[in-house]
Amino acid sequence: MIPTAYFVGLSALLFSIGVLGVLVRRNAIIVFMSIEMMLNAANLAFIAFARAQGSLAGQVFVFFVMTVAAAEVAVGLALIVAVFKSRHSSSIDSLNSLRG
Amino acid sequence: MSLFGLVPLVVFLPLLGLALNLLFGQRLGERFTAWVACTAAGLAFGVAAVLAWALIQSPEGVVVPLAAWMHVGALDVPWAFQVDTLSVTMMLVVSGVGTLIHIYATGYMHEDVRLNEDPGRYTRFFIYFNLFLASMLILVSGDSFLTLFVGWEGVGLCSYLLISFWYEKGKDGIGNALAGKKAFVANRIGDAGFLIAIFLIYTNFGSLSFETVFARAEELGPAIAPLATLITLCLLVGATGKSAQIPLFVWLPDAMAGPTPVSALIHAATMVTAGIYMMTRSHALLALAPATQNVVAVVGAATALFAATIAVAQNDIKKVLAYSTISQLGFMVAAVGLGAYVAGMFHLVTHAFFKALLFLSAGSVILGVEAGHHHAAHAGHGAHAAEPFDPQDMRNMGGLWQRMPVTRWVYLIGAVALAGLPPLAGFFSKDEILADAFHRSPGIYLTLTAAAFLTAFYMTRQVWLVFFGQPRSAAAEGARENPPIITAPLVVLAALSIVGGALNLPGLHTLTTWLGHTLGEAEVGEFNLLVAGLSTALALAAIALAASFYRARPVAPGVVDPLRAILGPLHLGMEKKWWVDEIYNALIVHPYVWLAQRTAEVIEMRFWHDFVHERVLAGGFTWLTNVLAWRIDIPLVDGFFTGLARGVRRLGEGLRRLQVGYVRAYATVFLLGVVAALGYIVLGLR
Repeated sequence: MIPTAYFVGLSALLFSIGVLGVLVRRNAIIVFMSIEMMLNAANLAFIAFARAQGSLAGQVFVFFVMTVAAAEVAVGLALIVAVFKSRHSSSIDSLNSLRG
Repeated sequence: MSLFGLVPLVVFLPLLGLALNLLFGQRLGERFTAWVACTAAGLAFGVAAVLAWALIQSPEGVVVPLAAWMHVGALDVPWAFQVDTLSVTMMLVVSGVGTLIHIYATGYMHEDVRLNEDPGRYTRFFIYFNLFLASMLILVSGDSFLTLFVGWEGVGLCSYLLISFWYEKGKDGIGNALAGKKAFVANRIGDAGFLIAIFLIYTNFGSLSFETVFARAEELGPAIAPLATLITLCLLVGATGKSAQIPLFVWLPDAMAGPTPVSALIHAATMVTAGIYMMTRSHALLALAPATQNVVAVVGAATALFAATIAVAQNDIKKVLAYSTISQLGFMVAAVGLGAYVAGMFHLVTHAFFKALLFLSAGSVILGVEAGHHHAAHAGHGAHAAEPFDPQDMRNMGGLWQRMPVTRWVYLIGAVALAGLPPLAGFFSKDEILADAFHRSPGIYLTLTAAAFLTAFYMTRQVWLVFFGQPRSAAAEGARENPPIITAPLVVLAALSIVGGALNLPGLHTLTTWLGHTLGEAEVGEFNLLVAGLSTALALAAIALAASFYRARPVAPGVVDPLRAILGPLHLGMEKKWWVDEIYNALIVHPYVWLAQRTAEVIEMRFWHDFVHERVLAGGFTWLTNVLAWRIDIPLVDGFFTGLARGVRRLGEGLRRLQVGYVRAYATVFLLGVVAALGYIVLGLR
């Protein structure tokens, strides 16, 4: 058996990479991909703990997360398209009109 | 009551006259003003005559109340008139001579207005003149010391107004105003004495009305001699102010700055006699104070002689008469001091006649000489017009006997009456005083006799210089007689001067009996042939001396009088009026003015103004407001609120830096926040 800690560690690693991606990358689509990666990292953690617990609740929760991720991607991509239409740039740095 | 009830008219008629002139005089012109003023005076005389008639029937006299005036605590002073022989005598003199002078003044002031083209002056003059008459009549008809004092102050005011009548003229353009001021101030000093006497009377007798006061005084008798002495001395001070005795006579010569009718009425016939009247009225108090009687007699006699010496050396025609008035008033005051009240009043009446006559005639002479001056100037003597010409300087006159037919006679009559030659009025009245002095006090008698000798001398000198000899200037040469409106009153007064002696002829003693009803005098002065003969002889000798002296030595304009050669420095003193004004100035006026200026400078300016007001009050207030403004309000209060605002802005600016608009920064903060929250939850649960 692979120890659960390895899974959680991998999940944490993936989550960190995702966070870094969100914070560092400029392209909005890459940021979304990073967000997906964070979500999937969370999924991995769920599954790891579900296996460790011998419970299916975690695995079912993954489905919920995937659904949310899908919906969120749909909305998010639509937003990006709308933004791209007005700003002609897919860099999130171009969304600075709330600057004080 | 009947006719006595008319007495308020005596005062109200002149007041009505002045009111009418005040309201309408300016608009309705000279003739209206003149008629109103003279009629008011004449009617007042008529009322006085009626009152005299009524008094003949019942000579004890009455008090006629008019209205309530003051009732304060125990002091009750009503407006009431005292109609008795003394007051009616004064009323007759005042209103009678006053009416004649009013008539004269209409002509005299007409010239003045014509020469100066100032019609408002005419109305103003007669308003003041009527006001004077009303005040003088209040003075003589009042029934209490307070009503007398009201009139007293009123005549003082009118004297001031009338002396400074030509207020823009005189030395340096202010001389007349200064003369009026001098008169007022000198009178005021006398008034202070009079007021103290009134206060003393009220405090000690509980009343101010003549009847009550004199009755109480007589009751208390000689026991109150010290009090009576004090009161009467204060009354004397008042009399010396108003009646121009030593030491307060200095205003009267300066008062000649006023128009001649003013000099005649106020400073010869009436106002100056107020002091005599007041002392005579208070005879009951005087009788209780023998010490004061001596003082009064001495003051009177000394003044008589002193003023007579000055009159001998004066060159101005009116100044001679002014000093002569002071001298004659001295005679009257001396008579009062000797207890010869009737003699004093007799001389008052006759003096009013001939002194008014002399002043008015002097006015006529002056007018004639001025007319002559105008003619001479216009006749092409341009040089003469440029020189300053004094129409009142006797050295510029001479030879007027041929040129002024009426004035010459009336002036002569007045001068002879004043010199005291029988059978004119002055002889009888002056002689009565001399006779009384002869019996009671040789010193006073000798002084008064010497004064009488000098009187005859200076009057002769004056008549000679004015009328006789050759005219000494072009003006005198061209002098002409004045119209009847001027000369007619002179003739009337001359007639009175001639027959006035009949008032109290020795043997008949009409006036003594008449006044005796009020003054209670029983003793009748007998005719003393020695005294009468001596005074007549002395007067004749003086006349002869003066006439021969000045006939032999012609006087030239601007040249020193020939008497200087004989008397030397004495004459200088006489001409310089014994330097009385200079001494007063040095001893009293200058120190007083110096003190006033120092007080004003140190106390008023330096202390009150500079120190208290500027430094303490204004400076302190300014300092306080400075502190409040700059140290408290601006730094603290303003600073607080400004600082508050600045702090809020800095906070805002600080907080603004959070709004970078940079999405990734927001994301970073999210992350950190989540980490912190989770960390707290996870770690805090331990």
